[in-house]
Amino acid sequence: MNLSGAKALMKSLECEHVDTIFGIPGGVVIPIYDELFNQEAITHYLVRHEQAAAHAADGYARATGKVGVCMATSGPGATNLVTGIATAYMDSVPLVALTGQVTTDLIGNDAFQEANITGITLPITKHSYLVHEASEIPQTIKEAFHIASTGRPGPVLVDIPKDVQTMSARFEYPKKVHLPGYQPTYEGHPGQIKRAAKAITEAHRPVIYVGGGAKISGASEEVRALAETIVAPVTMTLMGMGTLPAEHPLSLGMLGMHGTKYANYAVTESDLIIAIGARFDDRVTGKIASFAPNAKIIHIDIDPAEIGKNVRVDIPIVGDVKRVLQKLIPLLKDTHTKEWMEKVQTWKREYPLEFGETGLKPQYVVREISRLCPDAVVCTEVGQHQMWAAQYFSHRHPRNFISSGGLGTMGYGFPASIGAKIGRPDETVFDLAGDGSFTMNCQELATAVAYDVQVKVAIFNNGYLGMVRQWQELFYDRRYSQTKLSEINFVKLADAFGAHGIRVDSPSEVAPAIEEALAVPKPVIIDFRIEPEECVFPMVPAGAALNEIIDAKNGG
Amino acid sequence: MKHTVSVLVQNKPGVLARTAGLFSRRGYNIESLTVGVTENEAISRMTIVVAGDDTVVEQVTKQLNKLIEVIKVSDLTKESYVDRELVLIKVTADSSNRAEIMQIVNIFRARIVDVAPKSLIIEVTGDEGKLDALISMLKQFGIKEIVRTGTLALGRGPKVIQSGKD
Repeated sequence: MNLSGAKALMKSLECEHVDTIFGIPGGVVIPIYDELFNQEAITHYLVRHEQAAAHAADGYARATGKVGVCMATSGPGATNLVTGIATAYMDSVPLVALTGQVTTDLIGNDAFQEANITGITLPITKHSYLVHEASEIPQTIKEAFHIASTGRPGPVLVDIPKDVQTMSARFEYPKKVHLPGYQPTYEGHPGQIKRAAKAITEAHRPVIYVGGGAKISGASEEVRALAETIVAPVTMTLMGMGTLPAEHPLSLGMLGMHGTKYANYAVTESDLIIAIGARFDDRVTGKIASFAPNAKIIHIDIDPAEIGKNVRVDIPIVGDVKRVLQKLIPLLKDTHTKEWMEKVQTWKREYPLEFGETGLKPQYVVREISRLCPDAVVCTEVGQHQMWAAQYFSHRHPRNFISSGGLGTMGYGFPASIGAKIGRPDETVFDLAGDGSFTMNCQELATAVAYDVQVKVAIFNNGYLGMVRQWQELFYDRRYSQTKLSEINFVKLADAFGAHGIRVDSPSEVAPAIEEALAVPKPVIIDFRIEPEECVFPMVPAGAALNEIIDAKNGG
Repeated sequence: MKHTVSVLVQNKPGVLARTAGLFSRRGYNIESLTVGVTENEAISRMTIVVAGDDTVVEQVTKQLNKLIEVIKVSDLTKESYVDRELVLIKVTADSSNRAEIMQIVNIFRARIVDVAPKSLIIEVTGDEGKLDALISMLKQFGIKEIVRTGTLALGRGPKVIQSGKD
């Protein structure tokens, strides 16, 4: 069967069970959009900025575990995807980005809307392709989805010149891929697993440190089983939140720069760190030399390059977290953690997360959202509100907290929440946002309204780029250089787009506003006018050790 | 310390950019990089000389392995290997010193590949030590230009680096 390149692309996407694409058409992808016009199997969501297409596909992928797909035209369309691709790369999100390219005879000529997008995205993609012939399309798409979704997932970019879309070639969808250079290790080495079991059995002060890899691997049950078997506390990174429910007695919440005091103390005094799908990021470890100074480290990760990258590891296990834990747990015997757990529980009682009571406190708003919709999918932007969302929302489910961790992309949360809601239409989806972050992609209100994607946005409006302001307050003598934001009427903004807006000024209005937002069958913005100079505490200053953690009493 | 790393890659466009780009963006220093097709024309072999301690080279190896088109990475420095580099050296030479230069060239088993009234081009292959020695001997005559291929290397003995992780 002979098909045009564009048709072959559609067929290939169908073979990969793609039913959702986020994108914007443009000059060199018109043949693809022309094929899309006839398509029933695939719903295309027209966003208002390509960056949002990438973030929405990313949110969709994180919420569902499927591969997210976004599409853009050449040149500016493609370069607008870049931040979204980098975001997905840093957080290991399976994403396929399809871009149009100028015709093959024009490539390299600085043609209209030409950008070398495979070159630009080289360091932020797991792999990329520039397709030269229509006949390459099925194989390329097959490989792209395989690479994006297996091993340590990541974004793959496929760049398709316009003439390749219109040329005709035989179509046959390959059954398998042959990539001799790409064979991820899923099974952990049995000898290493035995060594790990021995170290765990001998440990007196173990801490389980869980990252995003546990979610990706679907290992929540195994993490819980491990913790309960050996009776050890579990701390999670921003990416790992929800792996073990926050209410679980063994949960210590988040560790690191804005982690709980008790998590950071536990890590510092631990004699064994069991790192699961985590990468010892600088926001987690603080000063690396003082990180868990007396601990042996077991590191389980599917990506061998993460092992030994930032810290010295005693027992590395390369493999899929879920499978490794399934092999490890049956080998574990009695542990001696009773004393340790008592100590940890004392820290937990002594140093709870707490906040003041004056004015409208952002922490209170998060707690109320958590109380009124405990099973909501929570997306965030980046900054103070993101940390409050991590700290004060009672995370219950592994795929319900969606946040840009590695790249820290402001403007991520809102389009990601649209993608998440499309992927899981029956669930409540909240975007917790700052006023700075939200305005970076607020044009997507148009998308949410156009497709009736009823996401609820809670803006923590302090009139500042709050996290930077906090650093300026604490470390730069309150010199608030370029962090004061001008006033925006978000209720009117919502109205202009056809969404619903609510303004909240006092604590008593919080719960009614959330209830109203849930009741209104529309995308909703709640403008919470929070205490403008509230800080995120506790905090480990950059470059300090985890136990040099400050709170509102000794830092603010 | 220098490490000589042998890398088998799929012979595809962009693979060199991907490999070289990885070094620069992760802050590793390449001393030299050579690439050419192997006995199997679908596969190329790169020889990369990288400076750094064992931890750095371990990361380099792991990061290289993550590239989809990289089939096999092997740190030759860990075993016994042969390395060679080819250098062309253009030296100032006239009738007064040509004979002396030719003597030096002979001692190093190098060859003269171009003669002009005021210059010579010398071709020499060898390992780094030999090449450095020759270059320092030729400095006195005036070196006009040097071009080097970069190091090529193969492990000694019958063992080969298989072109497939399959």
